[in-house]
Amino acid sequence: MLRIVNGRVYDPANGVDGAVRDICVQDGKIVADPPPGARTIDARGMVVMPGGVDIHCHIAGPKVNLARKVQPEDHRHDVHPRTRFTRSGTGGTVPSTFATGYRYAAMGYTAAMEAAVTPLGARHTLEELHDTPVIDKGFFVLMGNNVLLFRLLQEGRREEFRQALAWWLAATKGYAPKLVNPGGDEMWKGERNANITDLDQKIGPFDLTPRKVIAEFIEAGNELGLPHPVHIHCNNLGHSGNYQTTLETMRMAEGRRAHITHIQFHSYGSVAGKSTDNPTSKAREIAEYVNTHPNISADVGAVMFGRSTSMTGDAPLAYMLRRFGGGKWVNADTEHESGCGIVPFTYQDRVYTNALQWAIGLELFLLSEDPWRMVFSTDHPNGGSFMSYPRLIRLLMDAEFRKEQMAKVNQQALEHSGLRDCQSREYTLSEIAIITRAAPARLLGLASKGHLGVGADADITIYEEDADKEKMFSTPRYVIKDGEPIIEDHEFRTDHEGRLLHVAPDYDQGIEQVIQPFFEDYYSIQFGNYPVADRYLHHHQTVPTAPQAAGSAASAV
Amino acid sequence: MAVTMTLIGGRSSKQGTSLCAGKLGEEYLQISSTVEMNVEDMARLGLTNDSMVRLRTDVGEAVLRCKGRQTKDLPPGLLFMAYGPLSSQLMAGDTAATGMPISKNLDVEVEPVDGSAPSGE
Amino acid sequence: MSDNIRIVPDATCTFCGCVCDDMVLTVDLEHRRITKSENACVLGKAWFKEHGIEERPFALVGGREASTAEGVEAAAQILANAQFPVIYGLSDTTCEAQRVAVAIADMIGGNLDTTTSVCHGPTGIAFQAGGESTASLGEIKNRADLVVFWGGNPAEAHPRLFTRYAVTAKGMYIPNGKKDRTIVLVDVRRTPSTPVADIFIQVKPRSDFEVLWALRALVKGRKVDPSIEQRTGVSLAVLEDLAGRMKSCRYGALLFGMGLTMNRGRHFNAGALLALATDLNEFTHFVAKPVRGHGNVTGADNVVSWSTGFPFGVNFSRGYPRFNPGEFTTVDLLSRAEADAALIIASDPASNFPQAAIEHLKRIPVISLDPKLTHTGQISRVAFTTATYGINAPGTVYRMDDVPITLRPAFDSPYPSDEQVLAAIRDRVRELLGGNRPAISTRQPAAAAS
Repeated sequence: MLRIVNGRVYDPANGVDGAVRDICVQDGKIVADPPPGARTIDARGMVVMPGGVDIHCHIAGPKVNLARKVQPEDHRHDVHPRTRFTRSGTGGTVPSTFATGYRYAAMGYTAAMEAAVTPLGARHTLEELHDTPVIDKGFFVLMGNNVLLFRLLQEGRREEFRQALAWWLAATKGYAPKLVNPGGDEMWKGERNANITDLDQKIGPFDLTPRKVIAEFIEAGNELGLPHPVHIHCNNLGHSGNYQTTLETMRMAEGRRAHITHIQFHSYGSVAGKSTDNPTSKAREIAEYVNTHPNISADVGAVMFGRSTSMTGDAPLAYMLRRFGGGKWVNADTEHESGCGIVPFTYQDRVYTNALQWAIGLELFLLSEDPWRMVFSTDHPNGGSFMSYPRLIRLLMDAEFRKEQMAKVNQQALEHSGLRDCQSREYTLSEIAIITRAAPARLLGLASKGHLGVGADADITIYEEDADKEKMFSTPRYVIKDGEPIIEDHEFRTDHEGRLLHVAPDYDQGIEQVIQPFFEDYYSIQFGNYPVADRYLHHHQTVPTAPQAAGSAASAV
Repeated sequence: MAVTMTLIGGRSSKQGTSLCAGKLGEEYLQISSTVEMNVEDMARLGLTNDSMVRLRTDVGEAVLRCKGRQTKDLPPGLLFMAYGPLSSQLMAGDTAATGMPISKNLDVEVEPVDGSAPSGE
Repeated sequence: MSDNIRIVPDATCTFCGCVCDDMVLTVDLEHRRITKSENACVLGKAWFKEHGIEERPFALVGGREASTAEGVEAAAQILANAQFPVIYGLSDTTCEAQRVAVAIADMIGGNLDTTTSVCHGPTGIAFQAGGESTASLGEIKNRADLVVFWGGNPAEAHPRLFTRYAVTAKGMYIPNGKKDRTIVLVDVRRTPSTPVADIFIQVKPRSDFEVLWALRALVKGRKVDPSIEQRTGVSLAVLEDLAGRMKSCRYGALLFGMGLTMNRGRHFNAGALLALATDLNEFTHFVAKPVRGHGNVTGADNVVSWSTGFPFGVNFSRGYPRFNPGEFTTVDLLSRAEADAALIIASDPASNFPQAAIEHLKRIPVISLDPKLTHTGQISRVAFTTATYGINAPGTVYRMDDVPITLRPAFDSPYPSDEQVLAAIRDRVRELLGGNRPAISTRQPAAAAS
C-alpha cells in the first residue's frame, strides 16, 4: 500500500498534465484511496508517470540468443554485477536476460514486447522471458513467411487461414501476428538468396504476392479482435525509394487498424548518385499519411549513433548489411516459418546514410501531429540500444541540444532530410509520456497499462526533474511494479518476476485437421510436440480478444 | 620395437549402446579397450586379431586388444578406438587455450605385448 | 510383462543431438521398464532399454549410503566453503536443471562450464569469430539437394540424421528423398557412414583445414596449386568438382563433427568450414550445422548464453560473468589444479578427461549427479542418484538445431530429478551465505552445519 504525494503527475490517458496530485496503490493496482497505514512516498520535485512500455524490441528468443553468443566482445566490458538478491549478467547491445530486465526497470520501463519470434522458437522465447526479471512482457509471432498459411491463402481458403492464424497465436502463447518482409524469407531460402522487391511480385512457387498476404493479415487480425491486430515490417526495408512500398502497404489497411514498425527504415526517397541511388528523406510524406489516417499507427525505429546489432527476421536484409559491416554474419532458417539474420553494426555520424537515418527518425517525431500514433522506439538493438532512450528523449525535448548534435553530423545528409524545417519543435513532458507509455499501451490494447487511473496496474516511475532530460530519464528515483517499489533512491531493493502477456483467441478445433497433416508431411517435429504447454506461462495474464463479424471495418483507436 | 602411428578416437555404435548399459559394465569396457589397426600394419608387427598391443603417448599408455581392418577402410598408419577411459589415458591436458584437449590424430608408439589383459596406467 | 502397460507417443529420445521426438514407448509400469521404443535407432533403443530403475542408494556421502537430504547438506557445505568451485557437465539434463546450475554458480561466484568445451566448443569459438549460416533440420529435410558430411560418422553416432533429417528423408522440394540429393562424405577413413555417400573424399589426417581453405579459394574463383593433393590426399580435380557442385546446388548443407574440432587446428578447422558455407551464399543458399553429441548440450549452450552472454567456460568469481576458453574451461582448470571443489552434473569427466585433470579431480571434493554409477561417481565425496531425464524426469531440451522440445517421461522414478537436487542445494547454499555472494568480497567460510 502506497500513497505517492507532491509529485507532478503526467497521465495523458486521463488528461493529467503535470498537476500535483496523489497517486494511491493497493494490492498491485491504482486505487482512489489506500487504507490507513499506507506508506507515503514524498515525490516533491519529481515527475510521476506510468511505467514505460516498449512496443518493439528484441530481447528474448533464438535470434536474440544467437546475437548474444556471436559477439562476446559486445558484452565483456559492460558487466552487470550481482547483488545479494539480483543476478549478474552482461550488457552491450544484446544484454543477457537478467541484465535486460533489470536495466529496463532501471530506466523506468515496466513492460516490453519482443518483436519477432518463430513459432518453433516460442518455447525458447518463453524460457528467456521467464529469466527476464521485473518487466511484464510478451512477443509477436512471425507469420509472414509461413508456408501453410501461404498455401491456404493461395487456395483461397480464407476462413481456414483465419482459424489457423488464431490457432498459431494460441499455440505459441504469443501476443500479435508479425509480418517481416512478407514473402522475402521464402525467396531467400527457396530461390537461392533472392528477395522480394515489389509488392506485386510472385512469392517463389506460390500463387501469391506480398500485397495479398499483407491485406489478408490485416483483415484477419482485425476480425479476430486482437488487442494488437497486426505488426508490419514492410518489404524493402533500407532501400532507397522504399517510401512508396510503405505508402502502398499502409493504403492496404483500408481503414482497418495496422501498425507499421520502425517506420524510419521505410521512409526513404532516392536521388541519383555516382554508382547507385542515394537515399533521401521522405519523412514528410510518411508522417503526413500517418497523421491523416487514424487507423494507422507506427513506431519510429530511430537510429542512434554508436554500436548496435542488426537482428531481424528479414534475412536477405541482414545479408545486404553484412556487405557494409564486412564482419560477422549469422543466418538461421526456420522450416516453414521464417528466417533471421544478425550483423553487428555501428552507426556513425559522419557517414551519409547513417546521418540521414538519424535525421529521418527525428523528423518523423517532429512532424507527427498525433503522438498517440507515432510512438517511441529504436527497434532495439537494430537502431540503437534501449539504453540510448534517455538520449533520444533529450533530442526530442531540447531543441538547442538537437541543434548542437545536428552540427556534428554529415551535413549533406542533413540537406537531404527535412530536419532543419521542423527543428524548432520541442516535445513536452506530456508528449513524452504519451509516446513512451500511454500510446504504446493503448496501441497494444493493454487497458490496464500506460496510465494511472483507478484500476490500472500500479506500474509507476518517478523521475527527479532535471533540465538535462537525458540525465532525468536515465535514472528514475523510484520504480514501482505491481505496487511494489523495486527501485528506491536509484537502487534495487528486491527482485521481481513480471508477467507474460499473451492472447488466447478462440478458434475452430477442426483447423487442426488441416494443420496436422502438413506437420506430418513436412515438419521435423511432431505435431503433438509443437504447441507450447501452459506450464511455460508461469506468471501470466491473458489479454482478451474481441472478435468482430467478418467484413466489418474496425474503428480506429 | 615401437612404431609410431596415428590414433583416432571416436564413437561407434556398440560404444553407444553399451554406454547406455553403464560405463562400468563389461560390454563397455570390452568395446573401449579394443583398437582397430590396418591388417598390413598388423602383419608387419606380428599381430593377429585379439593380440594385445601397448599404445604410448607422452602422457600415458594403454594396453588394448587388436582388431584388423582392410586398407580400403583404414589406411596403413592409422588406428581407431572407441572413446572411453583407456583412450583418455593417452590424451594430453594441454588445450592450447581453447578448452579442448586433442583426442584425434594422436601420435602414439605402438608395441606388441605378450599375454596381458587390456589396461591403462 | 505385466498388464499394467502405458503407451507414450511423441516421446523424445535424448541419447544424441538428433533429439528425435517421434518415439512411441511401450512402458511396463509395474516393472518400471520400457519394453518397446518404436522409431528409435539402435542407440535410442539401448537408451530406453537400459534406463530402468536400479537399486542404488539415494546418495553416497564419503562412501557411506545416505539420503538425498544428507547429500544436499554435505554438498552445500562444500560449495559454500570453496574458494574456486567449478560446475561442469549439464549436457544430459534438462534446461530447468541447467538454469539452477547457473544460479548456483552465480550465487557462489564459481566457474560454470559444460561438455561443449570438449565437444563443439571450438565451433562456438569459430562462431564468435565469424558467425554462421545455419538452418533447422526441417529445412535440410525439405530443401537440401546437396548435403556434405565432414569429420563425422552419423551411421554410428547419429543414425537418424540420415533417415529422419538429411539423406533418405523426403521433403517438400525433395519428394524422392535420396534420389533428389547428392551426398558427399569427407573423412580420413571409411566408416559405416561411407556407403551412404555418392562421393566419398578421403583426406589425410590433420589436413582438413587445408582442404577447406582450398575449397574457399576455388569457390571465390582463385587458383589452387595441384600440390594440394600431396598435402591433403585430395586431388585438385576432386576439389574443383566439389566446389562446382556446392556453387550450383539449390540449397546446400555442411554437417560436421568432431573430426574437425578434436583435431589439430580445432576452431580454425571449424572456422574454415563455417566461412566456406558463408562464402557460398554469394552463389546459392548454403548452411552449416555442427552435429551435437548429447541430447541437451544445445540446451546448455542456450541457457548459459542467455543467462550470461557467453556459451561455456564462464566464471563468476568477480561478481559477473567472464568468458575465456583456456582460462575458464574445465579441462584446463583441473589440469592446472586451480579448482578446489567440483559439482559434476550428468557427465563423467573421470572417464573422459585427460589424465592430469582426472588426477586433480581425485584430490578435491567432488559432488556428482547421475542416474548410473560412473567413474566420476566412484571418486565423488557426494554422489547423488538422480532420475533419468526424458525417461523419468520432465523438462525441456534443445535439439542440435536449437529447436526446443518438451519431454514426455515414460514412468516415475523414486529418485529425484537433477533439477530437484540442484534446487535443494541452491536453497541451502543461499541460507548458508545469506544470499548471493557480494561482487567483491573476502572469502569468509560459511557457517558450519549445526
